[in-house]
Amino acid sequence: MSPAPAVQIMPPEKPVPMVSAPQQQPPLAPEPETPFKVEVQDLNVYFRANHAIRHVTLGVKPQTVLAVIGPSGCGKSTFIRALNRMHDLVPGARVEGRVFVDGEDLYARGIDPVLLRRRVGMVFQRPNPFPTMSIYENVAAGLTLNGIGGNHAEIVEHCLRQAALWDEVKDRLRHAGTSLSGGQQQRLCIARALAVEPEVLLMDEPASALDPIATAKIEELIHELKEKYTIVIVTHSMQQAARVSDNTAFFYLGELIEMGPTAQIFTNPRERRTEDYVTGKFG
Amino acid sequence: MNLHSSFTYRKVVDRGMALVCALFFALAFIPLLSVLWLVISKGAAGLSWSFFTQLPKPVGEVGGGVGNALLGTLFMVGLACLIGLPLGVGAGVFLAEKGDGTVGRSVRFMAEVLSGVPSIVVGIVAYALVVIPMGHFSAIAGGVALAILMIPTLARATEELVRVVPASLREASLALGVANWRTSIRVVIRTAMSGIVTACLLAVARAAGETAPLLFTALNNQYWNTDPRQPTASLTVAIFNYAISPYDDWHAKAWTAALVLLIVVGLLNIASRVLTRSRLKGAR
Amino acid sequence: MPSREAIIDAPASEAAAAQHHASHPGTSNLGDRLFNSTLWILGAMILVVAGLIVLNLAVAARPLAKDHSLWGFITETQWDPVEDRFGALTFLYGTLVTSMVSLILAVPVAIGLSLFITQFAPPKLGRVLTMPVELLAAIPSVVYGLWGLFIVVPWLRASVEPWLGKHLGWIPLFQGPPIGLGYLASSMILAVMILPTIVAVSVEVMKTTPEATREAALALGATKWEAVMMTVIPYSRAGIVGAVLLGLGRALGETMAVTMVIGNSPQISASLFAAGYSLPAVIANEFAEATSSVHVAALAGLGLILFATTFLLNAGARVLVNAVQRGPRRVSG
Repeated sequence: MSPAPAVQIMPPEKPVPMVSAPQQQPPLAPEPETPFKVEVQDLNVYFRANHAIRHVTLGVKPQTVLAVIGPSGCGKSTFIRALNRMHDLVPGARVEGRVFVDGEDLYARGIDPVLLRRRVGMVFQRPNPFPTMSIYENVAAGLTLNGIGGNHAEIVEHCLRQAALWDEVKDRLRHAGTSLSGGQQQRLCIARALAVEPEVLLMDEPASALDPIATAKIEELIHELKEKYTIVIVTHSMQQAARVSDNTAFFYLGELIEMGPTAQIFTNPRERRTEDYVTGKFG
Repeated sequence: MNLHSSFTYRKVVDRGMALVCALFFALAFIPLLSVLWLVISKGAAGLSWSFFTQLPKPVGEVGGGVGNALLGTLFMVGLACLIGLPLGVGAGVFLAEKGDGTVGRSVRFMAEVLSGVPSIVVGIVAYALVVIPMGHFSAIAGGVALAILMIPTLARATEELVRVVPASLREASLALGVANWRTSIRVVIRTAMSGIVTACLLAVARAAGETAPLLFTALNNQYWNTDPRQPTASLTVAIFNYAISPYDDWHAKAWTAALVLLIVVGLLNIASRVLTRSRLKGAR
Repeated sequence: MPSREAIIDAPASEAAAAQHHASHPGTSNLGDRLFNSTLWILGAMILVVAGLIVLNLAVAARPLAKDHSLWGFITETQWDPVEDRFGALTFLYGTLVTSMVSLILAVPVAIGLSLFITQFAPPKLGRVLTMPVELLAAIPSVVYGLWGLFIVVPWLRASVEPWLGKHLGWIPLFQGPPIGLGYLASSMILAVMILPTIVAVSVEVMKTTPEATREAALALGATKWEAVMMTVIPYSRAGIVGAVLLGLGRALGETMAVTMVIGNSPQISASLFAAGYSLPAVIANEFAEATSSVHVAALAGLGLILFATTFLLNAGARVLVNAVQRGPRRVSG
């Protein structure tokens, strides 16, 4: 076995995001055509003694959707939460390695995680609108909470339209955010995340708490959002990954086993474990 | 083996003990209903507009009220709120946000233990802290005593309320690029706010019913007083003085004043319950 | 007061999480620092309040130490402000007797009531059932005193004490003229007043009994009562003891209701019918009028004894209750 068995080196001519061994640093000189929007190099996450994410290296191109799949407990959520430094708040959590957005290292000294999170938005597993706020206030929350006053009506409308929610709520913007249905709440949370104008959108199983119809709407929305944003979505559903993503990364036990174009991962995986997972042999 | 009869016996014991427990439950109603009924029936007769607005009159004279005592109670509870609510709620937020370390645990333990300190002891503390330096009894001293009583209980109540705010809300806010402190104040505490208001109302109700710590801090006053440096009357001390007096007329006043006190405390409790309900509805 | 640095540094050392990014300059940092230090100061205020209580009591009681030893103070029965003779024994006795009798009266009722609420009553009613207990807790103590003075005392004098004297008069506890005011009246009112405290905490600890354990007992063929005795009681025993200690602490320190019905007579009697005196009652009655500094100090000394006793009781009670409430968490995690 090689010292880094989990990591795969892909042929450089492949147009897809690359995975490379940690030893080859710096492995990814920005490519001439399209540089990565998000680039992860030798990322490790520890919770106290538990090594939860092991030596992950990958890249995501702008305006693409990367789906992160794997059996539960494989570190999918832990991985994307490292992309906007949500682990900073967890006592005992430690992150090593580098995460670049537009070439800027998020974990470098001098980077304010608060400012960074405005560039890298996040949507969570369960819809979590602020219960004390109306629909309107929820969308504008990222602005008002940051102390940006003024009239946000235009931004609110714009974001609700982007989240395909405007027509459903335009007559009751002053109602409680929690008065909406689960699927609407999740789209409200997406609108809320869009209002701070992020470049990257992280989605942590955004449809896992929703019914199939609401899920379909979210997936449709992801297709549209891709025009503008770079999206990383964690999903436990392989069908969903197949439907929404351009590339797919398969995680197992904290390691990135394989990453490639979604179609290839599902039809012609290189790794045995990937094949076993996508064909339902385990997971 | 007489399995059957032993089973019957066990069944009888089971039913019997359940009945005893139910009886004890009923027993608790007797003092409750007795207190409420007597305060209402004996106190209602003396209720009149002048009872709320007039000064007490000497023995033998008809009429007179507890207006100054009512005002004094409001005044001192107000003073206590100025000190006690921010400190109590603040300490509670500290316990919820930073309370998992050694310091936090000892603060929590101290708050729990302090909430059981007898109110009369707190009266002595306020006496030494305020009355002696000032040289005389005052509303401030009474307010300080009530505030010290409020803080530990309110801190624990606030902590519980802040802790039940789902972590997902904090995360949602942080993920929007909102700073920690803004998230704590404008999302977490904001969400717990209606509960905290409820806890504050209950703390106010408890303070309004305190007597012992006022006896030798605010003392009493026969007249209207709005000067925080002067001795001040309170509803509870008035009830006490009327009750232990030898005059039937004053006894009647004690019952009426007790009714007024129960109404005040009851309204605060009801208000807190109404708030609790609206909070639950809002939170799905 | 802890030093400023300690206040500011402590949170950083606790959030070991983000150690190496903890001190990035940025827009949020000043606000966070300000917020965190405010919180630490507010938390420290609880400790400051505790310190203030101890310090002020000690300072107020200091003059007493000049010519009274602690042992002399608590074993002397004579209390004579005119002669500057101060002994606390009478009051200690009254406080102990009334508290103990109130526990004897209240504990069985409180436990039965808690079992009824948590085990026997339909679960849907749970919230409603605790209402009367919460109401009992909400009634101010001066109102209990008023009720005790004009309702309970006459009732004891006219019916209960004569009856007890007639049937149980051979026990010294129930001898003497039925005067109403006294230990028995105080104990009964204290019993009512501490009931909500004991019930509230008992209900909480009983609720922590794992449902599965109780169901296992029922599945083995135990009756409901047997299941309670086999699971709920053993599981929550320490917590119930804690609840009783909390009730005891409340009884020891209760002032107004006792002052109004105990008779305020500084004497030690074996009979529960007799008038007596208690620690809080004497403080309430004499403090405002105490003129000599030794008298004030003696009363503050009584307050210090009261504080120390209730502090230890509450601390012990909290340890017990917290241990029970943490129990299930330890099992699951």
